[in-house]
Amino acid sequence: MTVTTTATSTTTANVSAATASAAASAAATAEATGPQSLTMAKALNTAMADAMRADPSVLVFGEDVGLLGGVFRITDGLMAEFGEQRCFDTPLAESGIVGMAVGMAINGMRPVIEMQFDAFAYPAFEQIVSHVAKMHNRTKGALKMPMVIRVPYAGGIGGVEHHCDSSESYYAHTAGLKVYTPATVADGYRMLREAIDSDDPVMFMEPKKLYWSKDQVDLGALRAEHDAGTSTEGRAAVARPGTDATLIAYGPSVPTALAAAAAAAEEGRSLEVIDVRTLVPFDDETVCASVRKTGRAVVIAEAHGFASVSSEIVARVQERAFHYLAAPLLRVTGFDVPFPSPKLEHYYLPSVDRILDAVDDLQWED
Amino acid sequence: MTIHADHSAPETVAGDQAGDVRAKFGISVEDYMLPARHQIQMVNPDGTLRSKDEQGTEPGHEYPTPGDSELMAAYERLVVGRRVNDQNSALVRQGRMAVYPSSHGQEACQVAAAMCLQEGDWLFPTYRDAVAVMTRGVDPVEAMTIFRGDWHSGYDPKKYNVGIQCTPLTTQLLHAVGVAHAAKLRGEDTVVMAMCGDGATSEGDFHEALNFAAVFRLPVIFFVQNNKYAISVPLSHQSVAPSLAHKAVGYGMAGERVDGNDLVALMAVMDRAVKLAREGSGPLLIEAHTYRMQAHTNADDATRYRPDSEVAEWQAKDPLTRMKAYLTDKGLLDDAASDRIAEHAESVATQLREGLGEDVPVQPLDLFKYVFSKPTPQLKEQSDMLAGELARAESAGNTDNSGTESAK
Repeated sequence: MTVTTTATSTTTANVSAATASAAASAAATAEATGPQSLTMAKALNTAMADAMRADPSVLVFGEDVGLLGGVFRITDGLMAEFGEQRCFDTPLAESGIVGMAVGMAINGMRPVIEMQFDAFAYPAFEQIVSHVAKMHNRTKGALKMPMVIRVPYAGGIGGVEHHCDSSESYYAHTAGLKVYTPATVADGYRMLREAIDSDDPVMFMEPKKLYWSKDQVDLGALRAEHDAGTSTEGRAAVARPGTDATLIAYGPSVPTALAAAAAAAEEGRSLEVIDVRTLVPFDDETVCASVRKTGRAVVIAEAHGFASVSSEIVARVQERAFHYLAAPLLRVTGFDVPFPSPKLEHYYLPSVDRILDAVDDLQWED
Repeated sequence: MTIHADHSAPETVAGDQAGDVRAKFGISVEDYMLPARHQIQMVNPDGTLRSKDEQGTEPGHEYPTPGDSELMAAYERLVVGRRVNDQNSALVRQGRMAVYPSSHGQEACQVAAAMCLQEGDWLFPTYRDAVAVMTRGVDPVEAMTIFRGDWHSGYDPKKYNVGIQCTPLTTQLLHAVGVAHAAKLRGEDTVVMAMCGDGATSEGDFHEALNFAAVFRLPVIFFVQNNKYAISVPLSHQSVAPSLAHKAVGYGMAGERVDGNDLVALMAVMDRAVKLAREGSGPLLIEAHTYRMQAHTNADDATRYRPDSEVAEWQAKDPLTRMKAYLTDKGLLDDAASDRIAEHAESVATQLREGLGEDVPVQPLDLFKYVFSKPTPQLKEQSDMLAGELARAESAGNTDNSGTESAK
């Protein structure tokens, strides 16, 4: 119950130190114009900082997101710049975090909350499914749910048990949620800004293994794009054009698909790579246009294949592009087993070889 | 909107609170947080006022008797609430409502929870709190729409500052916490009433909501109507704590027990709780001892799990007869006032019969309209499909379904 003043002043001192360093780095980021090398982590961080600067109702909270800046440092410096009222740590309770965010959204805020890891979000499932997803519908639009639930997800980082689930299908299956998953550094900024702007709740699935991926991006151009209202929702991207077959991927699988396409090119096969970007809403048009063009497709996802986003994509494409298909759609997904331990994940995750094998199986001889 | 960026490290809150409590009430923070030894009760079941030293109050747990006009206004709503409960149960029997979880017997709790609040405050009710919702000002027919079966929520929560009557137990307590937190960040003095039942205190969200509210020191009043049963399961199977109010100290907030069928005591306890919360003393947990006189819903058979003698025992503690006797003895309530109140209650019942008796035509395409604020192409496709079915049915002469308007 009683707390020494020493503990308090230590915290204050740490906050001050963090303030200084973060303010410096934020300023550096803000001034940057022209292409610069940026990580996905920094792009996401900058998106939140920009949104918080633009709108005082944007709040960031979760576990360890304050002083520490999040276990992946995605919220680094936000508490220092915006204060403990707008970026803060909560008690360690995911349902509490989401449920409190629902109340804040009802009362004029735009919460951006962090679930520390994919599999740590399950205690919040009831709040997400029964309230976040349904509030707008059950009130006939009277209550909007402008909130973003950020979920670091999927494998490829050698994480131990309960740290690597591909949980996107649970959310994509739930009516009333939008599900975004960026695969590039630029999309990290773009899509998180759009998610924060959205009056609909967004499950923002961040591929953990891409946090430290780097790219040359022009933040000034991205900011201008945002301010002009450019939208990526429901718009898949052609990550690599091609003519012979289509690889449909999202989030962590996009770089794997791109690597497979590069390898195939060396063998004389031209693969188009589609980055789905938002699972909900899904861009039937772009995906089907590509498949109609190539006549062949492989869907790639880390998640278990059974009853998943990948199975939904296959169903949608064959419903819409059946007569253009030269071969059945194939999938390269995680096996239907619990996410494996670090030394086994290599066997589980979609790999370039497994993708190329699937491409080889697309009945080319016909 | 301004949000102050001053840093108030949470660790200092508990320390401040101990000092605040000592200065304000002259007792230790533990004595402040633990409920008084006995429940707060001001009026006996026969309507006689208990003497001051029999009301359960203690130093730091003192409650002034509410004023006459407040009590008369509360009594009127009590009578209306009872009439509404019984009217709705009748409407269920007539097939006009799909279901109604009646708060018959708990109306004093319902009235107090709503009347202690001021304009701008929020109420987060459960499915058994329709009378509280109405008492708070929600149109009676709108308040009951959720039970009629044509839409989930009949009212705009923001118009009345009343959340939707919530079915998943205690999930709404966290929404109450969020509303209070947002208000606090903006420097508003909003108080939020968060309601649940005794069985619901076993839920995880009850724990998370109380803990969050306490850690962020939010002005939320957690109001537990302990009606002794969660459908059929008695409280002894939910908790073996000395009382539900005792759970408060575990979170670092004040707890109190009150006779939930004694409107005078309830108003006194709730008024003080609201005052303390608004002053910044943080959240409070109030446990009201009451009884669900009827079955859980019309689909339930209460005779399977509780003896008639127990029901009869609580019948004798009825909140209405008690309050009527008290006010009559005090000379506040005469036959003319009683008649006027009864007439008011009857007019609300008539409003419900008429409002819920009407067949509201359903709009099938509304299924798609509100899923998202910004609609998706997929839902547009599905909406068009249903619109096509409806149009075909209409041209075939089946006009049962009226909605033809396309989703936006």
